[in-house]
Amino acid sequence: MDERNVLMRIDGLTTNFHTYAGVVHAVDDMTLTIPKDTVVGIVGESGSGKSVTMLSVMRLIATPPGRIEGGHVWFDGKALDMPERMVAEGPNAGMVDLLALPAEEMMKVRGRHIGMIFQDPMVSLNPVLTIGLQMTESMVAHGLATKDEAWKRGVEMLALVGIPKPEERMHDYPHQYSGGMRQRVMIAMALSCSPELVIADEPTTSLDVTVQAQILELMKELKGKLKSSIIVISHDLSIVAGMADKVVVMYAGRMVEEADVFDLYEKPGHPYTIGLMKSVPRLDAEERERLVPIEGSPPDLLAPPKGCKFAPRCQYAMKICQEYEPPLVTVGTGHRARCFLHHPAAPNVAGFVKVE
Amino acid sequence: MDTILKVEHLKKYFAVNTGGPFSRAMSSLKAVDDISFDVGRGETVGLVGETGCGKTTIGRTIVGLYKPTAGTITYCDENLCTITPEAMRKVRQKLQMIFQDPYASLNPRMTVGGIVEEPMDIFGIGTVKERHERVQELLRTVGLNPEQSNRFPHEFSGGQRQRIGIARALAMNPEFVIADEPISALDVSIQAQIVNMLEDLQSRLGLTYLFIAHDLAMVKHISNRVVVLYLGKIAEIDESVDIYKHPLHPYTKALLSAVPIPDPQIERKRQRVVLKGDLPSPVSPPSGCHFRTRCPIAESICAEKEPELRAVDGNHMVACHLV
Repeated sequence: MDERNVLMRIDGLTTNFHTYAGVVHAVDDMTLTIPKDTVVGIVGESGSGKSVTMLSVMRLIATPPGRIEGGHVWFDGKALDMPERMVAEGPNAGMVDLLALPAEEMMKVRGRHIGMIFQDPMVSLNPVLTIGLQMTESMVAHGLATKDEAWKRGVEMLALVGIPKPEERMHDYPHQYSGGMRQRVMIAMALSCSPELVIADEPTTSLDVTVQAQILELMKELKGKLKSSIIVISHDLSIVAGMADKVVVMYAGRMVEEADVFDLYEKPGHPYTIGLMKSVPRLDAEERERLVPIEGSPPDLLAPPKGCKFAPRCQYAMKICQEYEPPLVTVGTGHRARCFLHHPAAPNVAGFVKVE
Repeated sequence: MDTILKVEHLKKYFAVNTGGPFSRAMSSLKAVDDISFDVGRGETVGLVGETGCGKTTIGRTIVGLYKPTAGTITYCDENLCTITPEAMRKVRQKLQMIFQDPYASLNPRMTVGGIVEEPMDIFGIGTVKERHERVQELLRTVGLNPEQSNRFPHEFSGGQRQRIGIARALAMNPEFVIADEPISALDVSIQAQIVNMLEDLQSRLGLTYLFIAHDLAMVKHISNRVVVLYLGKIAEIDESVDIYKHPLHPYTKALLSAVPIPDPQIERKRQRVVLKGDLPSPVSPPSGCHFRTRCPIAESICAEKEPELRAVDGNHMVACHLV
């Protein structure tokens, strides 16, 4: 990829939680590149580390028990406007490591350069402050606008996300908004400082299907209007299908597959991805077919299996899978998968390309 | 097919305070408003709709957790609305419920064995030894290890807990099981396990299901017939295969088009019917057709007259003036 086109590069990120029962390896050696002006979908079940990865990027992991124990999060230095000494040289020239920033510098990044849309709009808005105050807070705090300017911009943002009578609604409290409306407010807040990156953590999970469709349409529309990259975290492959350009599948704290959205759905390269696709019924299916579930349950991250984390649930698991963890191998353009079935010595399984 | 459950003109209103914190002004929230449908033996009927459409209230009213405001519920020739408590106890053995939240519906202080055994204790079935054996058998049936019967619910994952809830519902050898969003709290890969198990149990034990859910793709998969609800009323009823092919009610169309399809090629070409706004308050629903405020094709008649549920062909029924 063209170096100038990289907005953020997560490099070997490792986040552990130190609990009384032992160390939980929530995210292990995660490497991911977010290009500019792209929508990246991160898919995985609960506990797969998708939220923890993004909270690590934002440095919002509660410490203790959580600790970011390795890796770098390189962010485009030009966008950040950081003092010279923060900007890296060498292979990551021009990038800034968010994990190495002093706390006060990081505060300037959050909200200003990386906006976040949280999962549950019911609990992520402050119930005792008006929407107007919460909308304008980050703009004023980052010194982007005076209070009056911020208010005006807040009204514009509410109108942009489709809230009727935005001037009046700025004075309302969160409980006066419905769930879908609150999620729209969350989106407006995340976008208010025009961040380079927006992280949407399960933005539609707690919403009804009709409201979910509204929010997804809104996000698609905004994606065209704004020049931000968006990371959409979801447990549902069908949600990212409609909007992501690139999809990352996570399992047990690891990236197991990364591909262009069309490639991923057309020729998935990891048994887990295939399992996820087969286990959901499709609305457009002609006949009633029996679902193919992924047997078993996700591993206990306190004591994960030794080899491939998916091996105990994988129908193709081989001897080597129990012993060694497969590396991420490139199986196509921009398509990487963590599976031994791509090894030339592995038995032939339909759909799996062999690579050296 | 003989009818096992018949719901006729069922109404359930809740009294809610609408006059502010110190007022005594009460109005009624019409959670379920004049609903009629029936369920045949061995069939799976899906109830779908958004939050607040009354689907859970219907389920809870059928099993007797709520007292209906009006209407009749006939289960195997017994009217559950006028039945004596003693007779209801008998019926309830055959009429069981699986609850939505596997984290909240199991008593955290009871062992799994105790939870599954409790219905048999209540109805005084068998000796202690027989009950224990039955618990072991039930746990095996739902794919759990019987040796884990001394453990507590918190030691199990969400999917396993839902299996425990199912084992409890099966303990009395029911005929009719109401499954209230049994999979919505579970991870995608686990959902298919539970749904497959429900299907297997149905064919093995001859169960009848009332499957309550908001996930249309899953409802289509599991149900023979689908009842679409909107704000306490039925919008459309049809065979599940047909309703997805030829939906008539504009709400059904919108619901179907709101479901994302896991295929980027199709998903990017789809023309969506996106409903504007939110569900109106059930305390003061719109006049005439409840759906008219969000309906893309509403006309003046919709505000004046409430549409009746009428048969269009065969089993297909719809409540809309304009189709």
